[in-house]
Amino acid sequence: MTATAVVLVSILTVVVGTFGLRRARTTGDFYVASRTVTPRWNAAAIGGEYLSGASFLGIAGLILAYGYDALWYPVCYTAGYLILLAVVAAPLRRSGAYTLPDFAQIRLESIAVRRVAGVLVVIIGWLYLVPQLEGAGLALTTQTGAPRWVGGLIVVAVVLTAVTAGGMRSITFAQAIQYWIKLMALLIPAVVLLGVWHHGGLSERRPVSVTVHSAETVHVPVAESLTVRGAVDGRPVDGPTFLPAGPHRLAPGTTVDLRPGDTVPVIASRPVNDSASWLRPLGSGTPHPLYASLSLIVGICLGTMGLPHVLVRFYTNSDGRDSRRTTLVVIGLLSMFYLLPTVFGTLGRHYVPDLLLTGDTDTTALLLPERMLGGAAGVWLSSLVTAGAFAAFLSTVSGLTVSVAGVLGQDLFRDTRATRRLRIRSFRLGAILALSVPYALSLPTERLGVAAVVALAFTVAASTFCPLLVLGIWWRRLTDAGALAGMAAGGGMSLFAVLLTLVNDDPAGWLGVLLRQPAVWTVPIAFAVMIVGSLASPERVPGSVGRFMIRLHAPEMPHR
Amino acid sequence: MTERVRVVHPRTEAASRAPAAAPARVPGGSTDVDDVSIRSLIRGQARIAALVTAATAVLLGGLATLGAFWPASGRTKLVPWLVLGVLVYPVLIALAWYAVRQTERNEDAFRDVTTRR
Repeated sequence: MTATAVVLVSILTVVVGTFGLRRARTTGDFYVASRTVTPRWNAAAIGGEYLSGASFLGIAGLILAYGYDALWYPVCYTAGYLILLAVVAAPLRRSGAYTLPDFAQIRLESIAVRRVAGVLVVIIGWLYLVPQLEGAGLALTTQTGAPRWVGGLIVVAVVLTAVTAGGMRSITFAQAIQYWIKLMALLIPAVVLLGVWHHGGLSERRPVSVTVHSAETVHVPVAESLTVRGAVDGRPVDGPTFLPAGPHRLAPGTTVDLRPGDTVPVIASRPVNDSASWLRPLGSGTPHPLYASLSLIVGICLGTMGLPHVLVRFYTNSDGRDSRRTTLVVIGLLSMFYLLPTVFGTLGRHYVPDLLLTGDTDTTALLLPERMLGGAAGVWLSSLVTAGAFAAFLSTVSGLTVSVAGVLGQDLFRDTRATRRLRIRSFRLGAILALSVPYALSLPTERLGVAAVVALAFTVAASTFCPLLVLGIWWRRLTDAGALAGMAAGGGMSLFAVLLTLVNDDPAGWLGVLLRQPAVWTVPIAFAVMIVGSLASPERVPGSVGRFMIRLHAPEMPHR
Repeated sequence: MTERVRVVHPRTEAASRAPAAAPARVPGGSTDVDDVSIRSLIRGQARIAALVTAATAVLLGGLATLGAFWPASGRTKLVPWLVLGVLVYPVLIALAWYAVRQTERNEDAFRDVTTRR
């Protein structure tokens, strides 16, 4: 059932891709789709591309683990578009830039800035791709028992086929359809589960056996006796075992039986909180939660405008006004979608709390229907959620692949006199490189939760592209030297913090908190360095800045 | 709108050699825009951008800080969930609608000024 669902979604993506192949004739078709896309389709396509595995599966898992504080993720994923709409949407469309490196080059007339922007696009794209591919592996393993590496490989294969065959033209239509697939794949199960829950028709909660596959440290919140088979703290056990409150080490292969009502031991990478604090604002159990929330808000809200796959989509709007109206529709579509992960997260806290023991909280939405309903209905709804999850992985991964492949294909294998066929071939080579690196990185990573890792990619974007875009659009005195210094400072610091968090090596105390959520200090520093650097090099202000400002802000001819 | 227009992105040779050289197309066919009116348009649009950003910051930052100083409990413990899980979205949509309307008004006013001459 689940395998059928995954195959169906994959076939749909490839079929629309090959349909696009017959129509894609020129390089222009290949990269931006000939402009026949209306704002409403475009908005659905943006939504379809943007709602990744992080939104579809990850947010519900974070709500299960962190409670109220995780509600900031969907809110900020939406509010980011509000900032984008108000600050950059129309000028960015009018700039004629198709990618962020294009904007950097056109605005500052500097190949060096273009190159640095290109490197950042690749880094942010890879940071974003790794958790998607990892999540795909986790989802497939949960539903079919396939090995962890299979899910990511399926996504890579399907996306490579669709993207290298049809280019972006095909993706515009595929993406718009993907939005509605994803919405329905969460809406239908959510309505059914809420309805059944309301009428009390749930199957009885049964004991669950949880097996840890690698050595894990878990935190036992209250002293209790659990049935454990395997080894705890180096001692072999088989049967009811008394576990004092505190950390315990489970050996690989250890199985814990959890009855309804047992307090679930929590893996070290997730915070410990009881149901009262889970419900309360700032009660997630992480250190300095107010700082963490505020920094998360800054990072996601300002990072959205700097995501490589989002800007590309704006280029298919016909003018600046359309791009604003498109963004308004996007915010509406996202608001509708983001009501749903909260439903799964809160129900999950009650029905699948055992996920806290393995840390696989990203599977909350996948497991919930089977656990709550059982029987054929549960399997059917779980398959629907799996199909939606793969739609999410495929759409985001293909969008990011096009962006990263564009940079790799154009800037790394550069030869401006290359023939059309050669350029398309370099784009295809770029696509292969764009996917193989994150796939390799996705295999051994530490699990922090898809949505949390994606938020780190936002933070890097907020610390580099946000100052470049905001100052580039609104401040005449920006120079290439200032932009380079600012992107280097913001990018270097945020990337350092992000990598420390990813290898789970950040220090304890305030320093660790600052490194785990760095946006609140990296973004202002990046802005400051960019401004000071520009003021220190006034002779480097490009001569075309006056004309360019007119082009960014003057409205186009009205439609006839 | 349904007529097929071929779009070529600016990573072509022409764009990389002579970036931003194209004169602005301004309603009325003029290529030289009055500096005063374009500067006042940019100022007006910047004001809206700053206003919407500030409103978002106050809204979200305020809600986050409120949780620290006014922890809901007892009967009101679900109010924060209702606010951040549902009610905040219509506010974001309203702000977006305001931004679209105001920026378009500024552009219309600018167009009126530049075409009247």
